[in-house]
Amino acid sequence: MHPVRRQRLGVVVSIVVFSTIAVGLVAYALRGNINLFYPPAEVAAGKAPVDTQIRVGGMVVEGSVDRSDDSLEVSFLVTDFTANVGIVYDGILPDLFAEGEGVVASGQLSRSAGGGYVLMASEILAKHDENYMPPEVAEALNKDPTAALNP
Amino acid sequence: MTAELGHFALIIALVLAGLLSVVPLWGSWSRHMAAMRLAPSLAFGVTLFLSISFACLAHAFLTDDFSVKVVASNSNSLLPAMYKFSALWGNHEGSLLLWVLILSFWMSAVALFSSGLPTPVLARVLAIMGAVAVGFLSFSLFTSNPFERLLPATPADGQDLNPLLQDPGLIIHPPLLYMGYVGFSVAFAFAVAALLGGRLDAAWARWSRPWTNAAWGFLSLGIMLGSWWAYYELGWGGWWFWDPVENASFMPWLAGTALVHSLAVTEKRGLFKSWTVLLALAAFSLSLLGTFLVRSGVLTSVHAFAADPERGLFILVFLVIVIGGSLTLYALRVPAVKSVVSFSLVSRETLLLVNNVVFLVATLTVLFGTLFPLLMDALGQGKYSVGAPYFNAVFLPLMSSLVPFMGLGPISRWRDDSVHRWRSRVALPALLVVACALLLPWLSGQTFNLWVSLAVLCSLWVVFGMVDDLRSRKRPGVTWRLLLRRQPASYWGMVLAHSGFAAVVISVVATTQYSVERDLRMAPGMSETLAGYEFVFDRVERERGPNYLADVAYFRVFAASEAVDSRTVDADPIAALKAEKRRYFASGSLMTEAAIAATAFRDLYVAMGEPVGDDGAWAIRLHYKPMVRWMWLGAVAMGLGAFLTVADRRYRTVRSRQVATAAGYHGSPA
Repeated sequence: MHPVRRQRLGVVVSIVVFSTIAVGLVAYALRGNINLFYPPAEVAAGKAPVDTQIRVGGMVVEGSVDRSDDSLEVSFLVTDFTANVGIVYDGILPDLFAEGEGVVASGQLSRSAGGGYVLMASEILAKHDENYMPPEVAEALNKDPTAALNP
Repeated sequence: MTAELGHFALIIALVLAGLLSVVPLWGSWSRHMAAMRLAPSLAFGVTLFLSISFACLAHAFLTDDFSVKVVASNSNSLLPAMYKFSALWGNHEGSLLLWVLILSFWMSAVALFSSGLPTPVLARVLAIMGAVAVGFLSFSLFTSNPFERLLPATPADGQDLNPLLQDPGLIIHPPLLYMGYVGFSVAFAFAVAALLGGRLDAAWARWSRPWTNAAWGFLSLGIMLGSWWAYYELGWGGWWFWDPVENASFMPWLAGTALVHSLAVTEKRGLFKSWTVLLALAAFSLSLLGTFLVRSGVLTSVHAFAADPERGLFILVFLVIVIGGSLTLYALRVPAVKSVVSFSLVSRETLLLVNNVVFLVATLTVLFGTLFPLLMDALGQGKYSVGAPYFNAVFLPLMSSLVPFMGLGPISRWRDDSVHRWRSRVALPALLVVACALLLPWLSGQTFNLWVSLAVLCSLWVVFGMVDDLRSRKRPGVTWRLLLRRQPASYWGMVLAHSGFAAVVISVVATTQYSVERDLRMAPGMSETLAGYEFVFDRVERERGPNYLADVAYFRVFAASEAVDSRTVDADPIAALKAEKRRYFASGSLMTEAAIAATAFRDLYVAMGEPVGDDGAWAIRLHYKPMVRWMWLGAVAMGLGAFLTVADRRYRTVRSRQVATAAGYHGSPA
């Protein structure tokens, strides 16, 4: 084969091979590793899937944070001022977690004894500083971040 | 008064940058020598006035001039002086000023160190950089003026710097990162200048290569500092989160890595020219995209300062002009610069091509993962988040597919090599590597782990390839000492950078596989055993810092076997740790300061959560992290390796001559 053609063939083959690998990996990784955000209202209305990794966010309801005395388990309610969803988490909360502040929890939804939904959270993200509100939360709270900060 | 002076200097800088982007370019077309010669002076002028502007803002921060808005919202009279200074770039407006200031430094550096460059080339390069500066200066002046006053309602004190940013690492992280980001503008300007001039040869690659390597080195160090900071400051022991903004800095790095390698081929062999130019355009475009993602607030991230649609739109338009303009130019001009040199399938060129393809594909998968949530949101498909599992699943296999080629790279020959030669060269290293991979994890006293074993295999393969290469350079009659001294700086740079990569591979895998982590409730007096270490929680004390009040938890760590009698006999602890929980006065926000006892082979890490229950107990996070230091040391080695290549003699001696032979082969390696 002509050297220039052979060279082009090499280029084309390697690009095809690696992009195939990449596309395959992307497709594989996207199946289970992305998760969708639901505001509390949609969760309460039963629109969110159970036993699937999702994210739920809103404001932490004042006075709802309940810590266990002998473990790190903590439970609280988040609200978008339409509905509340209970969140249960076993671990250390981020520094900026506080009542009346925005929070996003990711985890799996399960039905509680009372018929409502509880999110068993594996990760809690609080806002990053006092001026900042996660965009999903801001949008869930009537699309007005300033109103959400001072309800 | 200083604020107005700074504002005025910023306006003059914009005017000068505007002149710089027009006059020399016009001169290079009309062959007007004086117009072209104006470029370096204009570049120095921009730098001077930007420095004045920067100094004025720094003065406002250091003297607590709270009538300036950014000072009032990002500083506080109680803040230590060094954080007052770094608060300058701890906000959107100031960090943008730093961005252009660093751009102007690169501009002046090009003007200073490129006296050997033909005048039209230098004029074009500086003009392109001037145009980039115009974009960012007008962005700064029209949408985010750092000198805006709060008059007459001047606050008595400032709102304080975000406590997360009150850290020595964060003083140098942004400047280093920006040095890297902005440094790619030099490679970009060289590429565009070459497209404009229609001359794209080995000399062009030789001019832009040291600049690209330097920028890449800075970016490596900047990213490494960010990772290190996240590790000790965020309080949960992670070192890479695949956060959108981390990705924003990582994508130019990946594209830059491909660029650094393809520039080697272009310089040595005159090949891959159009490809190299495309990578140079891509690296800087990704830097701009990163800036857009960070500054527009479209993505959820620690780094998002403010969500202002006007600012986002401005950068988006700028991005479209730069990317669209340069790609159009590329499409129009690149058919003229095709290379005709050929190489065989079994050669160093092919191996470097594989490097390029892997890094480019990796860049694209990261780009896809980063933009996927934006895309789905824009299409109304809901608010998705793409997290670490996606990136790990895609990125790690891709990178590991690179390693077999990486070991072969240094021992392979340019142009034409034979599989037979490779086979005879790699047989011994391959055997040694497999033996070490099986033995080392076992010798380290840990349980055998397939992934760690594979990582050791990969890294040693890279290292042994280089050792074998050095051995083969030895000719009879040449002593080892002479051999080592005879290798050029660029060779040692390559060795250092590749060894650094090997260290990062081992570290990432060993840390991920062998780390032990526990969150638990601990009261003073309690102890907990983790990975053979006994952590004893002694007491909590309240201490006052300059602008915060802290609960400080004192820990002692013993080897687990001695621990039983340690408290009675008072054996020497392995480490004494002091973790803090701070509450900052001005903002009232809480901050975790982790305590870390580090050695070369392991980190012990303690961080406090919140108080639990009534008996003075706290939520405590304990970590055992083996080999984690190697990651940052490896990244430092990569950065230093890149700087070392810049020091290579051939960039100094050859620059004055104008070597334009496309296929000029010099005995030294890439």
